[in-house]
Amino acid sequence: MSNGLKSAVLHTAVVVGFLLLQYVLPEYHLLSVTRIMLLAVFAMGFNLLFGYTGLLSLGHAMFFSAGMYGAGLSVYHLGWSVPTAFIFGILCGALLGFLIGLIALRTTGVAFMIVTLMFAKVTYLVIVYFTQYTRGDEGLVMPAESRSFDLFGMHFSLTDSVTRYNLALGLLALTMFIVFLLVRGRFGRSLIAIRENESRTKMLGYNTFFIKLKALTVSAALSALSGSAYALMFAYIGSSFANIQYSIDPLLYSLLGGAGTILGPVFGTFTMFYLIDIASEYTSAYLLVTGIVLVILVLYFPRGVFGAIRQNFCRWLP
Amino acid sequence: MSKKQDKNNTGCNGVSAAKRRTLKALGAGLAAASSPLWFPRAYAASEPIKIGAQLHRTGIGASYGRWYERTAAAAVKLINEQGGINGRPVELIVEDDGTDPKRGTEVLEKFATQHKVDVAYGTLFSHVVIGSSPRAGELKLPYVVCSEGHHVASGQLNRYVFQPGITDVRSQVISMAPWISSNLGKKVTMIFPDFAFGHDHRDYFSQAIADQGGEVLELIAVPPTETSFTRYFPRIPRDTEVLYHVMVGPGVLTFVKEMGQHFGKKRPEIFGFIDSLEAVDLATPQLEFLEGTYFWEGSPRYAQSNQTEFDKQYRAAVGVDDSGASIADPKDISTYSHMFSCWESLFIIKEAMELAGYRSAADKTAFIEAMESLQKFDQGLAHPQGNKIFNPKLHQSFGHQHISKVGSGGVLEVVHKTSIEDGIYDSDVDYTKMAL
Repeated sequence: MSNGLKSAVLHTAVVVGFLLLQYVLPEYHLLSVTRIMLLAVFAMGFNLLFGYTGLLSLGHAMFFSAGMYGAGLSVYHLGWSVPTAFIFGILCGALLGFLIGLIALRTTGVAFMIVTLMFAKVTYLVIVYFTQYTRGDEGLVMPAESRSFDLFGMHFSLTDSVTRYNLALGLLALTMFIVFLLVRGRFGRSLIAIRENESRTKMLGYNTFFIKLKALTVSAALSALSGSAYALMFAYIGSSFANIQYSIDPLLYSLLGGAGTILGPVFGTFTMFYLIDIASEYTSAYLLVTGIVLVILVLYFPRGVFGAIRQNFCRWLP
Repeated sequence: MSKKQDKNNTGCNGVSAAKRRTLKALGAGLAAASSPLWFPRAYAASEPIKIGAQLHRTGIGASYGRWYERTAAAAVKLINEQGGINGRPVELIVEDDGTDPKRGTEVLEKFATQHKVDVAYGTLFSHVVIGSSPRAGELKLPYVVCSEGHHVASGQLNRYVFQPGITDVRSQVISMAPWISSNLGKKVTMIFPDFAFGHDHRDYFSQAIADQGGEVLELIAVPPTETSFTRYFPRIPRDTEVLYHVMVGPGVLTFVKEMGQHFGKKRPEIFGFIDSLEAVDLATPQLEFLEGTYFWEGSPRYAQSNQTEFDKQYRAAVGVDDSGASIADPKDISTYSHMFSCWESLFIIKEAMELAGYRSAADKTAFIEAMESLQKFDQGLAHPQGNKIFNPKLHQSFGHQHISKVGSGGVLEVVHKTSIEDGIYDSDVDYTKMAL
């Protein structure tokens, strides 16, 4: 079996696993895994830039919230249908990613981190400033009529937990497929080349600025996809989703699961979500528990769980 | 019994029968002593009513959350001592929402699907309430909030969300405008945070003071990330008679200090909301400038000379002394102005459940309808803050507000108590028409 086929089989198995999981999960976990899948899409989008291109953004919450507000505000103020608003949310994120990229990608390393962090702060303040449209920190509840929609002759109710689960799974599978194609192709190899040695890649004739811009735009679009779906599925948009915390979360998910792997962010999101959920039942210092776990992980698995698996057992893991 | 018989009754571990009986009795006694005192035997075997408390144990609302939890626990203890609800004990299940709407929603889902609570309750911060409410409606989980925001009465939420334990901010603001206009002045400058909470004050108070023949001279919006406020004070017009401030967040101590430096001894009358200084000792050196200024209080932090017997009992039950601090630790200042809502909301839940003859989750519709049949709450141990009118269409209560003056050493003395009618406003919202 070729490495490509092995990878395809593994990732398909993961998607099928999630598909089957809904038949055995109790209701609370069905709801939780729905969120996990959406947040994993966000983490995979982030990881495309961080894990594969080597660019550490500290402002990805702005892309998540661009999708969230693009979709949410168009539904709330303009009465757009759910599918249209969803696509608009993704476009908002992609456009923002492209524009930010034009400026931020002139910097590297720590400067890139600071510039993206600064733009994320600006995005947060813009949301708060235009309170008459966004209700700022309080946020907005999506209208009741946006809780269902028709598409391709089928009716979808977003209040139904099974429908939501399968929609989230569809988005996870789609994102996984997109990232899989990207990182295994010519584009993905050029991203890794930039991560490993940008000067050499440039010397070989690649337009690294353009490739990074493309990576940032796709990464922002995937993050916005997650934000857009989150707003529409859970019927709420609020400025807290544009906070620094939501820029750090996908970084933690990627580090935990394994940056530069496709399944790493999915595993990281799943683990971190349940770690917080379970630890918070026992102590209000649950973030300390997650912090300790991360320290241990960095000490013993610096490449994350799937990074370690790839290094030691399955070198074919994309 | 002979010594021989006694020996025969000795078990393999060498403990005699008499000793075993003694140990059993001792064990039973210890077990009884260690069981919750509020768990009377009459309903020890019956299934408890589960109330999910979504509280801010961490995050920006943690100082409120700590006291909300204590208040809720004290109220549950009292309810159980009084026989529970419909003869069943009440169990409070607390989950931390991190003062975050995302986590808040997850907590509500956990309550509904894992803990299988009968009612969710307790939340304070507006964004957590607004973020969680859609899911409460979809999960058909009654959600009784203690937030004081106008979001419930605004009609943007759903039929499952109630705020019966505390007056909303719109009503608070308009009820105080007549007194401010008559006693402090008619020319007002407002300083407020430039986000939704501040904008509510800006909009509702501007209208309310205009209705009293007053005017707002200047609206000074301060960005939420501001850490120094000196550049805003020169914008206060010289002929300002009243400075109305509602600053919140960690910068509030700096705000007060810089305001003092700006005005010195010659200042206009100053009126503010205690929200920003809840859980803060007003005798803190940086806050000396506040002496002689006025604050809104929901429930007066300091026991007043006309303190009711109910307030005394409520303070004792929650563990708060006459100055609003913890009895156990005088440095631990309570969020006394707001936390009564946690206490009163639980007694309202009890009243509605008893009215509905609530037995199981199948009676949730009857519970909602019973909540909507409530009209008023009389002052008493269940409602120590005072009597209230409940508007079933708005799912919102209206009660008395207090205006207190800061005296020497940060002691707050109530100088005015509004009537309920002062805070009533017209609204077209009617949750009762929504489907269940």
